[in-house]
Amino acid sequence: MTGMEGMSANPLDLLPEILLLFGAVGGLLLGLWTPQQKQGRVRSLIVTAALASAVVSALRLSDPDSGVFEDSWMIDTTTSVVRILVALATAAAILASSTSLAGHPRETEAYVLMVLAALGAIALTASQDLLMLAAAYLLASVPLYALAGFAKDARGVEAALKYYLMGAFVGVLMLVGIVALILAAGSGNYRALAGILPQAPMPVVAIGVIGVLAGVAFKAGAVPVHFWVPDVGAGTTPAMAAFITTIPKLGAVAAAFRLVSEPFAQLPLNVPLLVAVIAALSMTLGNLAAFQQTEVLRLLAYSTVSQVGYMFMVVAVAGQSDYALPALTVYLAGYAVTNIGAFAAAAALPKAFTLAQWSHEAGRRPWLVLSLAVLLLGLVGTPPTAVFVGKLAIFAATADGNFVWLVVLGAVNTVASLFYYLRWIAPAARTVFATHRQPAGTSISDVLFHRTPAATVHAAAAASVLLGAGSGLWLAVTT
Amino acid sequence: MLLSLVIMLPVIAAAALLAMTGLPARVVSWLWVAVAAIDLALIVGMWAGFASSNRTGPSGVVGGFAYEEKVRWIPTVDVSYHVGVDGLSLPLLAMTGVLFLAAAVWSLREKNRPRNYAALFLFLQTASLGTFAALDLILFFVFFDLTIVAMYFVIAGWGHGNRRRSALKFFLYTFVGSLSLLVGFIGLFLGGETRTFDMVALANDPPLTDSPVAAGLVLLALSVGLAVKTPLFPFHTWLPDAHTDAPAAGSAILAGVLLKLGTYGFVRIAMPILPDAWQRWAMVIVIAGVVSVLWGAFTALAQTDMKRMIAYTSVNHMGYIMLGLGAAGLVGQADEQARTIAVTGAMVQMVSHGLLTGALFLLAGVLFSRGGTYAFSRWGGLARPAPVFAAALGIAAFGSLGLPGLSAFIAEFQIFTGALQAAPAATVIAVTGIVVTAGLFLIALQRLLAGPIRVPHPAEGECGEAPTMDNPGKAAASKKAARTATTTATYEKADSSARFEDLGGRERTTIFGLLSLSIVIGLFPRPLLNVIEPAAAMISSLVGQ
Repeated sequence: MTGMEGMSANPLDLLPEILLLFGAVGGLLLGLWTPQQKQGRVRSLIVTAALASAVVSALRLSDPDSGVFEDSWMIDTTTSVVRILVALATAAAILASSTSLAGHPRETEAYVLMVLAALGAIALTASQDLLMLAAAYLLASVPLYALAGFAKDARGVEAALKYYLMGAFVGVLMLVGIVALILAAGSGNYRALAGILPQAPMPVVAIGVIGVLAGVAFKAGAVPVHFWVPDVGAGTTPAMAAFITTIPKLGAVAAAFRLVSEPFAQLPLNVPLLVAVIAALSMTLGNLAAFQQTEVLRLLAYSTVSQVGYMFMVVAVAGQSDYALPALTVYLAGYAVTNIGAFAAAAALPKAFTLAQWSHEAGRRPWLVLSLAVLLLGLVGTPPTAVFVGKLAIFAATADGNFVWLVVLGAVNTVASLFYYLRWIAPAARTVFATHRQPAGTSISDVLFHRTPAATVHAAAAASVLLGAGSGLWLAVTT
Repeated sequence: MLLSLVIMLPVIAAAALLAMTGLPARVVSWLWVAVAAIDLALIVGMWAGFASSNRTGPSGVVGGFAYEEKVRWIPTVDVSYHVGVDGLSLPLLAMTGVLFLAAAVWSLREKNRPRNYAALFLFLQTASLGTFAALDLILFFVFFDLTIVAMYFVIAGWGHGNRRRSALKFFLYTFVGSLSLLVGFIGLFLGGETRTFDMVALANDPPLTDSPVAAGLVLLALSVGLAVKTPLFPFHTWLPDAHTDAPAAGSAILAGVLLKLGTYGFVRIAMPILPDAWQRWAMVIVIAGVVSVLWGAFTALAQTDMKRMIAYTSVNHMGYIMLGLGAAGLVGQADEQARTIAVTGAMVQMVSHGLLTGALFLLAGVLFSRGGTYAFSRWGGLARPAPVFAAALGIAAFGSLGLPGLSAFIAEFQIFTGALQAAPAATVIAVTGIVVTAGLFLIALQRLLAGPIRVPHPAEGECGEAPTMDNPGKAAASKKAARTATTTATYEKADSSARFEDLGGRERTTIFGLLSLSIVIGLFPRPLLNVIEPAAAMISSLVGQ
């Protein structure tokens, strides 16, 4: 069934989103009537709703592609994968942040904002219409501005302000772009745009393409609109940073993939080259900036910028290579698991801000260091983790789409990224070795250590390896 | 299932060891030995089955594998868990099993976190066996990369001297190499008619046959990746540092097993899958091999440190292998029989170098455990207090320089015989490398074994096995002080107070085990050659297509 004939408006098509929305609204109402100490039930409700949403999306994976609600909302492989990943990642992020949020006066609000932002991320992916994309952009952004400044401390406020100003500015650019495209084509629907845009006046289309891509690049945290990433990453709690640097990214990269493969596919402009340049800049500048970071969270934040670069490699060849879509689904899954795990490692030792402090405090926890090593080497792309399979697929797809220079650059950047990940792994491993040697080291009790995030680290490390080994299964199910 | 069991048994044992936290150190060490011994016994059983079976059809590389297993892993890009054994991989699997058993026995007295040490080596064993058994490019790459990670932690965690820097250097060099390899693999994948990462399918239907430029670039990417691992000049600079600072068992594995991953990659991947490009660029490979031969030999001659010297002789020996493999590609200049002999020689050299250099590195470890230094200037006259050590060192050194009766002779003789027809000038130049290695090994024997007895006092210099973790600067200073002490010649102990303990039972078992295998191959090479020759003939006929 193609979208044109299936102009369905069945609300049940949106059941995964409805479940998330139910979690948000229900959680808000429940939170109003729940005493401060018992807000854990709100968490349970929202996590249950998110898991239910993931299950429903997973059950519908094999359904045929369909554009619903006047073809403004596309339900296909990309959407389904992002639905599952976002719902699961949101549940994981909520669980990981529960330690730092428990008993907080605005605990419920935080969870509700997270779920709303997750809905926005899904909407970005599913949008099949420019106006829907604009609405999704706002839904995915506004809750995050509040979350970025959630702690109300100086760094949080700075981060929120920077994020908000940049988001507002790019939002205007994006709206201008959308207006230009609709002006040129007379419609906002992607299918219609794909047919009409190649004949439309190119200057207008160029403005439109640049504006729209700027919007999704901002949500993804890609260069040159990445400046908010390190501030937000370091300005909030680690668990919140994990959420902000993972969930919107999934939606935005998938949205960019859809845009490049459909409405921008046949343009006389070289859109793939533009995306390839964004990818090259993101991975290179993200890596270069990460080299000199001494703070755990800033290092991870810049690492996410470089990761976006790899994801945009596959966006550049969207529609040009048969391997692009499988590569995207594997990489998004691997990235979500690994990135949340790495940020959870920071959340497990909340008083350790710098790499040196983290290594010192992790000295008595060899298993935590081992899991962290698995995750960070996974981010580098060491087999047999999920990101390795994703990277392999992305490199293959990009070379297949005739961007060999981008593959070489990606390989060079992979080597470069090893340096700063090792700057975290090596001292941590060294402390573990050293404390083994001298059993009478620092006492373990004076280190603030959170169990739930640590469990997330181990789970993510295991999932990263299992997803790598079982990537064939994941691909068979999703594509 | 047998092959998968052989590959996975060590890593399963490693996980079990890590999980059982309460075990005493001695039990852990003996368990490790037991697992390594069982694994080797299984490999020997595989060998017996392989040698006795009557196989028809292709003899390896493009078909006719024994113990073959194939499970789809990532069907979208046709990646599978595909393993199998043929005449190329079986000798190397056996050598890997032998060397890891030797490492296990050698480390029976390891005091420094023995549980983690054993687990790491077992993990490394799985990765090494997996690389040799892999018949899928991505599976090969996965295991190949895992060896790097494991070896990094072996050097960084249990090495000595400037171990962190050496470990990082090792990791970065070989990781860069492995990515180059991955790019090459993707090139092979995209160049094929049927897009697949399966080595057997690719060798049956070589990709990129009609685009020589692309094939040349892919071969370049593969060669750089494998040359870093091998290592060939000029990519060898990580090797001496990594070897010098690794623990003795780690050095033996690094030289014996991990270097072979590079040369094996050339035989298994580059030659059969890119035969045209290999033919076209064979002379470059030959020259790279000869340069490595000479560079390794002369640089080794200049070393004042025993471990660094052995490390550079590895570069030299790997150069012979590349000479043989390159000569096998010079189709126009030599007939198929000569080229087959060259490939056979290269394969025997891989096994032989593993055994002999493994033994040499363990002997260097004996020096370090007695006196905390590898410097030639600090030792002398050891033949008198330690006759067994002297005998072992003598056999290993003469074996390594290619004395008839040991395995290296069989290997180098065949390489030169096979290569002479194809590349006479290069072969003659390479033979002079043997003269240089003979000289340097004799000088080393003379320095260590003859003359007045000299044994470094444990109290001075870099003492004991305890690595100087906290204060490298201090260690360097004391090293310098120790050097000046020796150069002022006040340190000439010819008296009985200089004590050097001869090889103990554990050391004798491992070193003589390796050496006797080398002698067995040297005297009775037939069983080994029977396994290798059909596969080598297959390689040279594939390259000659």
